[in-house]
Amino acid sequence: MLRSLLFLPGNNPNLIMNGGILGADGIIFDLEDAVAPDEKDGARILVRNAMKALDYGSVNIIVRINSIDDNGYWKADLDEVIPLKPYMIMPTKVSDAGYIKQISAYIDEVEKRNNMKVGSTKLIPLLETAIGIENAYNIATSDARIEAMFIGAEDLTADLQCERTKAGNEIFYARARIVSAARAAGVEVIDTPFTDVNDDEGIVIDAKYAKSLGFSGKASISPRHVNAINTVFSPTQDEVDYAYEVLEAIEQAKAQGKGAISLYGKMIDAPIVMRAERVIASAKAIGIAK
Amino acid sequence: MEIKAKSFAGTLESSDVFVEVSPNSGRKINLESVVLAQFGDDITRVVNEVLDSFKVDNIAITLKDRGALECTIRARVETAIRRQEGK
Repeated sequence: MLRSLLFLPGNNPNLIMNGGILGADGIIFDLEDAVAPDEKDGARILVRNAMKALDYGSVNIIVRINSIDDNGYWKADLDEVIPLKPYMIMPTKVSDAGYIKQISAYIDEVEKRNNMKVGSTKLIPLLETAIGIENAYNIATSDARIEAMFIGAEDLTADLQCERTKAGNEIFYARARIVSAARAAGVEVIDTPFTDVNDDEGIVIDAKYAKSLGFSGKASISPRHVNAINTVFSPTQDEVDYAYEVLEAIEQAKAQGKGAISLYGKMIDAPIVMRAERVIASAKAIGIAK
Repeated sequence: MEIKAKSFAGTLESSDVFVEVSPNSGRKINLESVVLAQFGDDITRVVNEVLDSFKVDNIAITLKDRGALECTIRARVETAIRRQEGK
């Protein structure tokens, strides 16, 4: 389950060593924007050693690699971290399906070289350009490695030549488009970070809005936002209780041979049952339901 | 591996270690650490293990440790060694 993903700079030992206790469902070791060009080598060696030595428990490890346009760093990144079997690799500035195919082909090579099962490394492409957003569905369906999609609003708004605001009206289309593409492709979809780390109310509003659009979870650049994101993307006890009631009502209807049933005056149909099943699955994943 | 040039890795920030390597005859390790009394022998052992893994016998290596974990020490020593290869 990926409610919250926390970015950690790949060359910062202090943050990397604490990554497992910051409350996020996943941590993203960043080898890209958070690392200066002359420290790329040091960061990828540090991340590889940390992944090898430290126990992150149930926290999912994701590594954000450098863009394929940046000096070949991305291949060195993959060479270092793939053998440590991260949960997912995050390619950046993904523009089209060909970009993913290029990365996937190189991961094939690295997996073979390390006697790993080819295809075992999963991807969460970062879409942060206008062309990437326009190609979202083709990207989401471009490779079996893709497990989730991720939108990055900072680079995207620069590319769109608009101001990045807290309200986020300027990225409404992009958010809706990537959610639709990801859901159509059957993969998860993660929202962009809320970058004002001191705004505790703003993160809740932004996370609720992202959830309302269909996002599975949200990234963060600060540990301070993780709890708020987890809370927003977790089902409430009322939602869990209602989900169980729905499933119980359906079972009773089947036992009584009824084709249709209502609960609290509302017709229970297939989409409501599917939603109830998703709520219960989420609740079980985070340990608030049996 | 032969150390042919001076190079650096790491920082002086908390939980990190700054490493400097340079050519030398024989292996010389100079360690400064905030936890020298408690972990000096362990840190020296880790440094020697990394140097052994790269077959480096002739090196002067200085470490300024700020409470780095073993994995960080391994990473910074390796980075410093590999960086001088490209010089």
